[in-house]
Amino acid sequence: MSVDLSTRYLGLDLAHPIVVSACSLGFDLGNLKRMEDAGASAIVLPSLFEEQIVHDQLAVHEFYEFTSEKFPEALSFFPEMNDDNTGPEAYLRLVESAKRSLGIPVIGSLNGNSTGGWIRYAKLIQDAGADALELNVYRVVTDSHDDAIAVEAQDLELVTEVCRSVSIPVAVKIGPYFSSLPNFAVRLAGAGASGLVLFNRFYQPDIDLETLRVVPRLVLSTSDEVRLPMRWIAVLYGRVRASLAATTGVHEPQDVLKLLLAGADATMVASALYRRGIGHLKVLVEGTRAWLEERDYLSVGQMKGSISQINAPDPEAFERANYIKTLVNYTGNGAIS
Amino acid sequence: MDRRSVTIDGNEAAAHVAHLTSEVIAIYPITPASPMGELADAWSAASRPNIFGVVPDVIEMQSEAGAAGAVHGSLQAGALTTTFTASQGLLLMIPNLFKIAGELTSTVFHIAARSVATHALSIFGDHSDVMACRSTGWAMLASSSVQEAQDLAMVAQMATLEGRVPVLHFFDGFRTSHEVNKIEQLTPDDARALIDKDLVRAHRERAMSPDRPVLRGSAQNPDVFFQAREASNPFYDAMPGIVQRAMDRFADRVGRRYRLFDYEGAPDADRVVVVMGSAAGTVSQAVSYLNGRGEKVGVVKVRLFRPFSVEAFAETLPETVRSIAVLDRTKEPGAIGEPLYQDVVTALVEARGGDGAMPRVLGGRYGLSSKEFTPSMAVAVFDELKAEAPKRRFTVGIVDDVTHLSLKHDPALSTEPDDVTRAIFYGLGSDGTVGANKNSVKIIGEQTPLYAQGYFVYDSKKSGAITISHLRFGPRPIDSPYLITRANFVACHQEAFLERIDVLEAAEPGATFLLNSSRGPEEVWDTLPAELQREIVEKRLKFFVVDAYRVASEAGLGPRINTVMQTCFFALAGILPKEEAIAHIKDAIRKTYGRRGDVVLERNFAAVDAALAALHEVAVPAEVTGSRHRLPTVSGNVPDFVARVTALMMAGKGDLLPVSALPVDGTFPTGTAKYEKRSIAQEIPIWDPDLCIQCGLCAYVCPHATIRTKVFDPSALRGLDGKAGEFPSRPWKGKEFPGQHLSIQVYPDDCTGCGVCVDICPAVSKEVAKHKAINMEAKTENVLRVERARLEVFEALPFADRSAVKAETVKGSQLLQPLFEFSGACAGCGETPYLRLMSQLFGDRAMIANATGCSSIYGGNLPTTPYATNAEGRGPTWSNSLFEDNAEFGLGFRLAVDQLEEYARTLLRGFSAKVGDDLVRAILEADQREEDGIRAQRERVAALKRALEGVEGAEAASLVAVADALVRRSVWIVGGDGWAYDIGFGGLDHVLTSGRDVNILVLDTEVYSNTGGQASKATPRGAVAKFAAQGKGVAKKDLGMIAVDYGNVYVAQVAIGANPLQTLKAFREAESYPGVSLILAYSHCIAHGIPMATAMSHQKDATASGYWPLFRHDPRLAGEGKTPFHLDSRKPTLPFQEFAMKEARYAMLSRTDPRRADFLLRLAQRDIDERWHFYEQMAGVERTVPERGVVGVVS
Repeated sequence: MSVDLSTRYLGLDLAHPIVVSACSLGFDLGNLKRMEDAGASAIVLPSLFEEQIVHDQLAVHEFYEFTSEKFPEALSFFPEMNDDNTGPEAYLRLVESAKRSLGIPVIGSLNGNSTGGWIRYAKLIQDAGADALELNVYRVVTDSHDDAIAVEAQDLELVTEVCRSVSIPVAVKIGPYFSSLPNFAVRLAGAGASGLVLFNRFYQPDIDLETLRVVPRLVLSTSDEVRLPMRWIAVLYGRVRASLAATTGVHEPQDVLKLLLAGADATMVASALYRRGIGHLKVLVEGTRAWLEERDYLSVGQMKGSISQINAPDPEAFERANYIKTLVNYTGNGAIS
Repeated sequence: MDRRSVTIDGNEAAAHVAHLTSEVIAIYPITPASPMGELADAWSAASRPNIFGVVPDVIEMQSEAGAAGAVHGSLQAGALTTTFTASQGLLLMIPNLFKIAGELTSTVFHIAARSVATHALSIFGDHSDVMACRSTGWAMLASSSVQEAQDLAMVAQMATLEGRVPVLHFFDGFRTSHEVNKIEQLTPDDARALIDKDLVRAHRERAMSPDRPVLRGSAQNPDVFFQAREASNPFYDAMPGIVQRAMDRFADRVGRRYRLFDYEGAPDADRVVVVMGSAAGTVSQAVSYLNGRGEKVGVVKVRLFRPFSVEAFAETLPETVRSIAVLDRTKEPGAIGEPLYQDVVTALVEARGGDGAMPRVLGGRYGLSSKEFTPSMAVAVFDELKAEAPKRRFTVGIVDDVTHLSLKHDPALSTEPDDVTRAIFYGLGSDGTVGANKNSVKIIGEQTPLYAQGYFVYDSKKSGAITISHLRFGPRPIDSPYLITRANFVACHQEAFLERIDVLEAAEPGATFLLNSSRGPEEVWDTLPAELQREIVEKRLKFFVVDAYRVASEAGLGPRINTVMQTCFFALAGILPKEEAIAHIKDAIRKTYGRRGDVVLERNFAAVDAALAALHEVAVPAEVTGSRHRLPTVSGNVPDFVARVTALMMAGKGDLLPVSALPVDGTFPTGTAKYEKRSIAQEIPIWDPDLCIQCGLCAYVCPHATIRTKVFDPSALRGLDGKAGEFPSRPWKGKEFPGQHLSIQVYPDDCTGCGVCVDICPAVSKEVAKHKAINMEAKTENVLRVERARLEVFEALPFADRSAVKAETVKGSQLLQPLFEFSGACAGCGETPYLRLMSQLFGDRAMIANATGCSSIYGGNLPTTPYATNAEGRGPTWSNSLFEDNAEFGLGFRLAVDQLEEYARTLLRGFSAKVGDDLVRAILEADQREEDGIRAQRERVAALKRALEGVEGAEAASLVAVADALVRRSVWIVGGDGWAYDIGFGGLDHVLTSGRDVNILVLDTEVYSNTGGQASKATPRGAVAKFAAQGKGVAKKDLGMIAVDYGNVYVAQVAIGANPLQTLKAFREAESYPGVSLILAYSHCIAHGIPMATAMSHQKDATASGYWPLFRHDPRLAGEGKTPFHLDSRKPTLPFQEFAMKEARYAMLSRTDPRRADFLLRLAQRDIDERWHFYEQMAGVERTVPERGVVGVVS
């Protein structure tokens, strides 16, 4: 008897819990098809960044203006193009063609930087045919005058506004840095979010020792990192009225399994696809299936959340004591337990 | 018939018809005709069809001669074909003009008529180019307004198809070609109805076809050539009638009626002016004005100048005319009179001669090079016609105090009606002022029943240029082709102008003055110069102020203030109700910027909405209160010529200079840019000596020679040090100047603030990473005061001894005095650092032949000249011949210099007894390879001249006259890629084979920079440029390897920002090589779409990606078991795409057409890989050059 891998995420019925996370591989329709062929149960498209659109449009505008009406012999320096493609159109075409070409759910992803922008682009992504929308609520607050309560309130407001504006389910992808993540998670669900995606992996800048400059550096995740979303999914499971998806550190079937045990409805993968190719999705699906079969699980539903904080034999293991214990074990035994 | 009213310029008006009625368009860019070709190319790129339903094929050629050849061929093969050109471009077409006419070929060329270069180049308008084509056999049809530029383009096309005589359709460059005016636009249906399909078929039937073969272009002999030439006479006889019929058919359909000669004025006029081109409108206004005062005058507007119809002219002229003035916008030195005058006289003689009724005819010149021609000048001409003893030959519009030909006129006389809004706007180049004003003209012209006109004046600088927009709005069509002198609205978009120019000069009493200022209505008054306050008070101006920068910034538009200022203009001018105006402005913003995206639109809308709240009226005090004064144009001790002549040009008052003030032969003093303190930088670089590692790079890359280094004995500061307070310096790190100090100094009023020096500086603070040894700082009054004082000390310090300087090092080279400084090039220009370096190394003995282009404009565009002299008065001597002939021109320098040297040597040998055998031998055998050798030779030549002072005889005098040629001259042939790769390549190629000692410096921006970014053969694959809007499909020509192939040419490919030392080596080796040297210098450019401040660092990526590999090919190494070709850059490590995506010229294609961009970028990467593979092999190739060192072997 084969095990039932199906899961329900954002109200969508998925064949199994392994979903492609938002990543640049998804800009290519051929890759999207390969992901489906390799067994992805849904795909989150890469994010549409409002900030990028704003930057591009202003940059193109400035570029034309900077080089025009400068000198009587050269009133311009470039042919004016019919379409500089600085708007969301290319992204919306991607949503449309993904929907046309794929049988699995397609989830749009959006990072806005103005309330108007969030709502406008959310509607456009919905109109382009997305089955659901993931809001990539990404901000790096650097101003010491910005009050945490106000920042959270703003985020909640935009989630509320977006959820009011669209009829498709909305997931919110957040970072891990909150003083009280469970509280914020509950409030997000209350604002209308159908799901939470844990976590956004912020790209951390680096310092180049040769040039002494700050440089962007993309580092792929490792399996070790899976424990961060695992812990918080375990904590949130059963406490939040929303789907829970884990992203960050999903590389092996074991990572998928741990997240499911902690309570994830879906597990999302990106770095592993860069590292091992899109075909690795098949390894994850089959590995998950094999483990469940070996242990005579009937379904993913059966195991989901079985080692969450509320169901774990030692719930305090997910709390701060865990850190102390780890440290003690490390110093005591010379190995991380 | 539903025809749109559009507000467009003359170029677009003519190009509209040309594109509708042509199948093939071959062009080459030249000001002011370039926009016609660019528009045609853009329309074809957008698949706009002609009236035959096919998209015209637009091709850019390598020169106008090439364009004419392609047109000729296309016509011969049966396609309706056209081109657009002007000035020298038209002259390059002349051989084909003769051919095309001789073969009775139907075609129209559209000409934005422009001055032909004589004593100087000028991009501005007159008829000297078209008049040089009078004998080619072409019909010549003149349009005098934007509307006519369209209408007569159509008439020309209709007539040439019927009459078979080709037509030069021309209109005044800039004045008509660039004037924006409201016209009724012909529809494609109009063109279809007016172009006779049978005639088009007949054109095709006359074409060459192997199905009905003919031979055309035979060689004929004395027996028949003459008769054959006369065989075409009937066509010329018929042509005026055909043109008139075409005009009549045009009128029947469209309603506007034209005649070969149109008369306006009193039917019983006693005085008439005959004129052609845009001045017709001006004279018309004078005619109305004078007739309104009871005089009886008229104007004949010449439309068809060739073939000249005596009959039609005679019919046009009122019988009552007693005197006629014929105005020519050209000069034909030595002729009895100018061409139109001569034809009118001849026509009168033929029509009326012999019956005693000949009117008196005067001939006058006006308007050369777009010199203003106003109604008051036309009135002066009419006045002259009634003088008892008028000048038979006159000029008008200038003051001729030499031959006293000029007429006096009353500048205060105005014929402008009161119901016309006349507005003047002062802006900065690229600040959006002109663009917004063009929009305002469109709004009023196209959205209201009112008529509108816009004309835009730019200054001669490419950085910090001032633009002045002249806008008229009124209830009737506006045919006022002259600048506004009585404005009822003046806006100054840049506060800084107030200190330098009189922006209110043209404001009439009671006018409105709008100022963009960071000061509010209460504070602004006290910041104004007293002179400005006086004008505001005395003229009782209404004064408004808006902080447009704040509004724009808050709307997220950064410094782009144009829509803010535009909104304020509409609010104050009251041409439209405020709400309606704002709606129209937003609509115009949507049309203009719609393609740029919602964000751009929303922010501009926000700026519009916020503008009026920030607009405040200033309560003007009853009297002048200010103590600040407008800055003098020049100050201090300046040469007489600069004070008398240059300063007036700098102040924008060059029109006031009389003839006597100007040189008779176009020869000007050099070194005058230093007197033009434009002080345009917002920020300037300030040296932090504690961090400085003394690399010299800041000065080395400075495009403007405004960061300089000096090494000096600290004792030299004695007597100076008090002047500047602290004068920073540090001990020189190097053995050649023990005990001496180094100072690095900015020229605060000359610096453009480009930031290149700061970007390239490698010395970074260990405490604060953003702080370097040189840092941009806001140019506050305090900073300015300190740096001016330090500069005064710096300037007083002596330069290092050239022979002691290690010029082979980057830091050493920067101790040499730049003899190219403060040019008007773009801030951060990529070309000028090479010229500055060349001037430092060889400037005191350099002769420069400069091809037309950017380098000739920033190098030689008045008012000032950046080429300078040293303390001995030596420096580069510079000349520009043409665009196409520069290699030959420079070769000519060398031929003459060598010949004079040889003559001097020959003479010298005969003077051994008189001046001493030792001196003669020392001069003849001098080693002048290095600086000390050159200095020694200069001293010997000086000694020789002294010795010859007392020697009698012609030969001694002859030797003195040529003795300077005994010092080695450095001949430099300088130009851009348009010249070297395209139009001048034939000559360049020939010079490469000459074996003569010339140095060719190609400043390769990979595009025609000066005319606005058209593709050249140096444009690389994948780059977007005009005429390559889809990305250039073919690879860049490898000019370096073409030259290397000759074997005996020194060739270097350099990028000063990528490898400064390699550049220096290349310049020194090239100059020392006793044959032809070619340096291909990578020159970043605003046409690349890059931030100019980091462009020098970006050059490193150009080399690291293999896009611009560095090499030197030195024939001196051939045959010595060495390989003459040396690769100076490392194997590429950076993917081309990473380099390319930092440049808009590549990145824009990946946005607009990602698939093609991907395709082209992959091909471009393969170009790079293949070229590197080839170069690597070249670097291992041993060669011998049999004729090395033999000068002039190819002759």
